Amino acid sequence: MAITTMVGARIHRREDPRLVRGLGRYADDFVRPHTAYLAVVRSPHAHARIRSIDLTEAKKAPGVVTILTAADFKKVISGAMPVAPAFVPEKKTVPDRFPIAESEVAYQGEPVAVVVADTKYHAADAAELVLVDWDPLPAVIDLEKALEAASPRAHEDLPDNIGWDTTFSPDAEAAFAAAEVVVKQRILQQRLAPTPMEPRGVLADWNGADQAMTMWLSSQNPHFIRLFIGGAMGIPETRFRVISPDVGGGFGSKISPYPEDYLVPAASKLLGRPVKWIETRTENLQNATHGRGQIFDVEIAGNRDGQLLGLKVTQYLDLGAYCGTFGAFQACACLLPGAYIWKQVASRTVGVLTNKVPTDPYRGAGRPEATHLIERILDRFCDEIGRDPAEVRRKNFIKEFPHTSPFGLVYDSGNYDGSLTRALELAGYDQFKRDQEAARARGRYLGVGISTWLEICGFGPSAATAPATGGLALTESAHVRVFPTGSVNVYVGTHSHGQGHDTTFPQIVADALGVPYDMIELRHGDTAEGPSFGYGTYGSRSLAVGGMAVLKAAHKVRDKARKIAAHMFEAAEEDVVFDQGQFYVKGSPENRKAFGEVAFAAYGAGLPESIELGLEAVAYFDPPNFVWPFGAHICMVEVDPETGGVEMLKYVAVDDCGNVINPMIVEGQIHGGIVQGIAQALFEEVVYSEDGTLRTGTLLDYSVPTANEIPPLTLDRTITPTPTNELGVKGIGEAGTIAASAAVINAICDALAPLGIHHVDMPASPDRLWKQIQEAKA
Amino acid sequence: MIPAAFEYARATSVQQASDLLRQYGEDAKVLAGGHSLIPLMRLRLARPVALVDINPIRELSYVVEENDHLRVGALTRHVELQNSEVVRRHLPILADIAGEVGDNQVRNLGTIGGVIAHADSAGDYPTLALMLDAEIVTNKRRLAAKDFFQDLFTTPLESDELVCEVVFPVAGGPHKYIKFRRRLFDWAIVGAGALQVNGGWRVGLTNVGPTPVRASAVEQALASGASVEEAAQHASDGLSPSGDLRASPEYKLHLARVLTRRAIEQASA
Amino acid sequence: MKHRISVTLNGQQREDEVEPRLLLVHYLRDVAGLTGTHVGCDTSQCGACTVHQDGKAVKSCTVFAVQADGHEVKTIEGMAAHDGALHPIQQAFWDEHGLQCGYCTPGFIMAAAYLLEQNPNPTDDEIRKGLEGNLCRCTGYVNIVKSVSAAAKAMAGTAAQPAHTAPVAGE
Repeated sequence: MAITTMVGARIHRREDPRLVRGLGRYADDFVRPHTAYLAVVRSPHAHARIRSIDLTEAKKAPGVVTILTAADFKKVISGAMPVAPAFVPEKKTVPDRFPIAESEVAYQGEPVAVVVADTKYHAADAAELVLVDWDPLPAVIDLEKALEAASPRAHEDLPDNIGWDTTFSPDAEAAFAAAEVVVKQRILQQRLAPTPMEPRGVLADWNGADQAMTMWLSSQNPHFIRLFIGGAMGIPETRFRVISPDVGGGFGSKISPYPEDYLVPAASKLLGRPVKWIETRTENLQNATHGRGQIFDVEIAGNRDGQLLGLKVTQYLDLGAYCGTFGAFQACACLLPGAYIWKQVASRTVGVLTNKVPTDPYRGAGRPEATHLIERILDRFCDEIGRDPAEVRRKNFIKEFPHTSPFGLVYDSGNYDGSLTRALELAGYDQFKRDQEAARARGRYLGVGISTWLEICGFGPSAATAPATGGLALTESAHVRVFPTGSVNVYVGTHSHGQGHDTTFPQIVADALGVPYDMIELRHGDTAEGPSFGYGTYGSRSLAVGGMAVLKAAHKVRDKARKIAAHMFEAAEEDVVFDQGQFYVKGSPENRKAFGEVAFAAYGAGLPESIELGLEAVAYFDPPNFVWPFGAHICMVEVDPETGGVEMLKYVAVDDCGNVINPMIVEGQIHGGIVQGIAQALFEEVVYSEDGTLRTGTLLDYSVPTANEIPPLTLDRTITPTPTNELGVKGIGEAGTIAASAAVINAICDALAPLGIHHVDMPASPDRLWKQIQEAKA
Repeated sequence: MIPAAFEYARATSVQQASDLLRQYGEDAKVLAGGHSLIPLMRLRLARPVALVDINPIRELSYVVEENDHLRVGALTRHVELQNSEVVRRHLPILADIAGEVGDNQVRNLGTIGGVIAHADSAGDYPTLALMLDAEIVTNKRRLAAKDFFQDLFTTPLESDELVCEVVFPVAGGPHKYIKFRRRLFDWAIVGAGALQVNGGWRVGLTNVGPTPVRASAVEQALASGASVEEAAQHASDGLSPSGDLRASPEYKLHLARVLTRRAIEQASA
Repeated sequence: MKHRISVTLNGQQREDEVEPRLLLVHYLRDVAGLTGTHVGCDTSQCGACTVHQDGKAVKSCTVFAVQADGHEVKTIEGMAAHDGALHPIQQAFWDEHGLQCGYCTPGFIMAAAYLLEQNPNPTDDEIRKGLEGNLCRCTGYVNIVKSVSAAAKAMAGTAAQPAHTAPVAGE
């Protein structure tokens, strides 16, 4: 790139002035005249047949406009909700899912009726009066029990509860046969609730005269919603506008279309008036897709000198009652080798249907699971051979790039030793180890844990992702429009819900076009403007894919401007130099035309026939490869052996996401990511009772930590640009979450090693640790 | 979520509140700080037909030291107890406990009378009331704390009766209340209080049963010269707590013993 | 039966007829049209709905509108000066990247304003404890703590100094 001025600068965010004033525009902040309010009647049972639904009393309730059930919705919604296929499954069952149950419910919370009333208060009142005659069926809640032949089925008509069974790579026998040491460990990933602070919400307004739908909703990818909901309702893109305004966090839970995303616009169409539904937190914890929910059986093989040889992993994934749209988690298997060289890696994944809300992506989606298991089993291995975890990691790091993994994926660039070295230094690792010895002598249990994480992101090269997505390309789009006075609008297919694209994307354009940053505005989240299609924001893809689309469109605009400048200079195009927003003819740098002058000329009279009027361009970017950020996180803890309480003493993270557009935003993403990882390690867990009743249905019971529970974080970074894209950038949105849980749990295991405790599952809550300590002492 | 509809009336005197409660009948509720009641109403786990708002009864908000007793008006907010000089001087453990209820926003509205009347097993004030043989004064009578907390959410309060005052003996001696929890705003998984009064120890426990618990066996063991370590072992005597999401019964019993020891040790330190 | 209430909202008095069960947060959002106060939970944990009632931070999802009768309520919309200048806490959240999705932010700012009134010079630890009633899912709290600390310093410096409104800094 040319000399940069904005890229790399700590520019403060553009969206903040409205957000700090309370002038954000979230889904519930929109009102339309004559809006009716929708409340969902949900199944209290995990599994039941619907004998009948009695609406008599509910219809008489004050303010009720209508009550709708599956039969009504079938008039305006067709087909089943989308499910991305898994890679080459050996076995596969995908239960059909309609947005509202007709005869059988398969999880607590599944919609069975909707009440539409004049106010949300009346809708809530009437929803209580809908009487469903239930015929409860046996429910299957436990993942392992679901695999037993005699288990009840998650749906009555299933042959078994296997959603899929896929072996990615079957063989690691040679590596295991050659190994001096084999360690086995079962590693659990509890179910988590993504819990964005803004629950979901939908406002839909059907205009019967125009036969057009406008929908406001809290979504990470409005184009998907338009594609799927428009498709199911038979409304073409031209008459289906989806607006996803300010969104109060997503973390993966606002990617896939939800039942209400169909039911609300369908109700609006049936009623011919705007209909609004805003999710309550209780509904969110119960019905928004959960993350994780997996059991891993892991075996590691290596030699006593620390050399790693082989890895075998079987993943059992709790799908819930239906296959989530993106629930396949192939990313997990792809990442199993981690940052290390292996002779062989074998992996198999089994998706299991249960009577719980479906699982789908949650921050990291597959990669935190992979990192946790590899970093955990590595420490188990170190424990077994009595070697230092830092040393063993160093010994096995991949050092040459590009590197082709056992799964055929190509790691673009890395410096794993570099980030680990820096992290050890910042953490004071050696000193801590000495302190730890001294503390142990005094009966205190200090521990340090390392997580040298890496991830696959920047989804994704269409050639690699299309087989997993059913043909969706996961490319990205941008439209750059330069107006006659030189101001610039940038429209993108990604969606910012906290990531700060309003600031970072204009930083890229400012440098690419040499236009003052303040003259560039980003717009996103409205399918009525910008490129025809975008894939949205998730999987740490926005910058590496979307940012590149923006750059590509900016370059198209620059090239067109050069043509026009050449005409203005009466020079040959190849003789025109573009230098930070100004054009001149080679050899005459004193005679310049500013970008704005050229923009004005682009819309004026006098251009020759060979140059089309206007200065704007659309670009689509399909990356040639994924990008592979990495880093090293170190956590230090003290465990109170009497209560099982964990105190975090220090947390250090040295991450590498290649070139950095805005360091302030990168740091913010890492902070937030780490804390969600810590939250998984120590606090959060979705708990169901044996009959499938959610026990963590409020924020009193689902323990999202507060500021008080979180230690200060020490960050640093190394910079290893990727050769995959011109910006040299990798993703960073999920990095912290991917890395953190292993660092915390490894630290706890290190602390408790003197008691003979080698593994701890999550969340490492005081009661659970206490129990384990008791068992170890017994 | 949205509460079911109810009638609302504001009382400006205890008499008026009592009259209103009588008028609305058994299914009416007193609205004080509302921080237990309103969430339950939003979840529709509570659906009173009427709320009698006692917040305007200004004369129920006070802290007075009188004849070696601290009289605390039922409508006194947690924040007022936390910051009260009178409380700090005469019953500092009460200020400590108040400062650990909920969070700033909750403490700004929540009241001591509300916590006492709600009788949640995880409430902190009831434990102190029991430890100190406090008296609960209603518009009808005076009840000893040990007679007041009958069972989970169960007290002898009649439908037109409201808590007006809690009377604690003053106790400025060594004290400590440990509220063991995962997040700062959480209820106690287990709480333990230790307070020295006239040379003897008062010990109480929170959330180890349907009501708060006075750890009499610990107090007696200490009185008869047992070491803190030994005495604390009696903290779980006779308890059979139920498990919940955060703790098994065994863990609660264990915490009762550990926290009791620590509370006494830290109070003595 | 509806009740007539009179509330001084961000310095302006207004009168409305409300149902007793109308939550203060719904009154602010749906009746008064002030949508800066958000709802993030049903059980008064998240603090997104924090406003000031008579100068004290409260969770407006756990107060009935009818209880605000005769009281002063201040929301996030009442924090900036009349000329549009941001309150130092708002400014600090902007400067220190104390927000990402922004949904919890108004509640945090209102809670922080109360905290700083009680304790104008808090340590980081006191800030973390003082914000226990508010949940954020994006920032990991690191920059929120920084923001409140910076705001405390700015407010101590001189309350009279006007806040600048367009921070752009090179690294």
